[in-house]
Amino acid sequence: MTAVRLEVSNEGGGTVISLAGPLTATALAPVWTRAVDAARRAGDGLAIDVAGAELVDTSGAALLLALERDHPGRIEWRGLGEKPTQLMARLRAAVPNGVTAKVPARTVTRTSVWQTFLIRVTFFGETILATLSLPGKLRFLRGGNFFRLVERAGTQAMPLVGMMGFLIGMILAFQSAIPMRQFGADIYVAALVSLSLFRELGPLLGAVILAGRTGSAFAAELGTMVVNEEVAALTTMGIDAETMLVIPRMAAAMVVMPALALGVDIAGVLGMGLVMMILGFPPSAILNQIQMATGPYDLLLGLFKAVVFGAAIGLIGCRAGLTAGGGPRAVGEAATSAVVGGIVVTILLDGLFAVIFYRLGL
Amino acid sequence: MSGAGAPAIVVDHAGQSFGGRVIFEDVSFTVATGEVFVVLGGSGCGKSTLLNQMIGLLTPTKGRITVGGHDVVARVAAVRREIGVMFQSGALFGSMTLLENVMLPLVMFTDLPARARAEIARIKLAMVGLAEAVNLLPSEISGGMAKRAAIARALALDPPILFLDEPSAGLDPITGAGLDRLILDLRATLDCTFVVVTHELQSIFAIADRCVMLDRAARGMIALGEPRDLQQSSTHPTVRAFFNRDAQ
Ligand SMILES: Nc1ncnc2c1ncn2[C@@H]1O[C@H](COP(=O)(O)OP(=O)(O)O)[C@@H](O)[C@H]1O
Ligand SMILES: [Mg+2]
Repeated sequence: MTAVRLEVSNEGGGTVISLAGPLTATALAPVWTRAVDAARRAGDGLAIDVAGAELVDTSGAALLLALERDHPGRIEWRGLGEKPTQLMARLRAAVPNGVTAKVPARTVTRTSVWQTFLIRVTFFGETILATLSLPGKLRFLRGGNFFRLVERAGTQAMPLVGMMGFLIGMILAFQSAIPMRQFGADIYVAALVSLSLFRELGPLLGAVILAGRTGSAFAAELGTMVVNEEVAALTTMGIDAETMLVIPRMAAAMVVMPALALGVDIAGVLGMGLVMMILGFPPSAILNQIQMATGPYDLLLGLFKAVVFGAAIGLIGCRAGLTAGGGPRAVGEAATSAVVGGIVVTILLDGLFAVIFYRLGL
Repeated sequence: MSGAGAPAIVVDHAGQSFGGRVIFEDVSFTVATGEVFVVLGGSGCGKSTLLNQMIGLLTPTKGRITVGGHDVVARVAAVRREIGVMFQSGALFGSMTLLENVMLPLVMFTDLPARARAEIARIKLAMVGLAEAVNLLPSEISGGMAKRAAIARALALDPPILFLDEPSAGLDPITGAGLDRLILDLRATLDCTFVVVTHELQSIFAIADRCVMLDRAARGMIALGEPRDLQQSSTHPTVRAFFNRDAQ
């Protein structure tokens, strides 16, 4: 497709804006802002020459109307054919008292934050992504809303994570303190509980919470979109639904999952500490035990597992949603299989990790 | 209409079956550029199925379809640049306002500045009579408005061919007639070819240049032509019964 050409020239004291080529949505991008600025700045006696425009569709007419609105004075139209004149008249009539093109606040923040983020990601990530098939489809990420997903999957889960972690820490400490006290070994409860939290329970409990809250939500959300033909609508628009819907969700799950695991870890240690203090150990002794029993890489190992669990749960949730069948039960079934699938796969992966870490001596 | 140009759509002996169950066979017709072509028939006869074949969502089990000169199976990406689709349910994205719904294709396929996208989307919504509703969510609007918004979204990139699946079904007669008027109005302002699925007799007479009638019992098409001609001279009993419903 040929490009739109824009020329701004002076003619006997007045300004002439000439537009040539196809005035359509896909072609207008390079000239839109410049044309609107020129119209706004032009003094009295602006002429707009569209004799060279091969085609004026509604998007082209939208630009011409924007020029008309933003120019303070009168406009002399040159070379505006009969069809475009009709179209513009029709659109002027449809738009109440001129076109008020205010981008809604929600869209502004969402688009611009997302786009600046995207620019950064593409800047750093282009080389990495080039190896995958993503670059051609990167534009389809524009429709996602990663930050909202992170907020719902992560931030909003934190109270639950804190409560579960704290209670589990308390219960574990209390239950193991009773038998270990018989051997006078109850101080080692601090080591036992924190080690199992960092390496196992943090990621696992976090995964259960993610599967229950977020995996099911992904499945229900995408399942509803399938049932409402929204995914079909995306497909017929030529938009890659997988890229637009799945990748941001998977990325959000992967980002959020280590935070959830860490939340369980911290809350669990606090719960355990409370029980130990009730049993009469001073905080310094408890801390000392934790330090001796665990190293930073116990924590990092757990967080690494958490990222993998997050990817699996996100992917399984999206899959379940996108493969939802028809009928009223489809969405419920998708959500169920997302939760069950997410938890089962997490536990299988955890077993696999146990074997691998053992082999590697980690 | 403009008989000189290449046909917008050619359906050549298309057939569809699902696991051995034949929905229709031997459906053939041509849609001329600029025409309003109606696909009609009782519910369950395969109208949406035929539509899904034409928009490349479903591969015909028999026959061949070209849209805008491109084979819908082999060149589906090219076909999708030529078409806009309004689905039977509207299929608006529930988490987005109407403006954002219409903006989505512009976000995806153009590099227009955000302001320009909003401006274009607003005009499209104004064109379908929703100038005041741009910031509402799909859950906040009526069924008729949802269909209008879906049409605006289908128009987002000014495709030359529009597919509308049951624009007036499930609406009260007044709202339905409003949608018929909208289609006529768009047809007068845009250089578009329309394929409209419907089973409303009034709509057919109001908008159709020509129509094809599918029938479940016949598992295929039972009529093709201008509605007036079919009403007056069809010999097929089902066609006669359908077109002369009001008369009886
Ligand atoms: N994906 C599918 N799998 C199996 N059967 C289907 C599928 N899609 C449609 N059908 C069947 O095809 C028939 C025609 O459906 P449809 O085209 O939606 O009818 P309508 O004319 O009401 O739009 C129905 O009996 C429906 O059950
Ligand atoms: Mg249907």
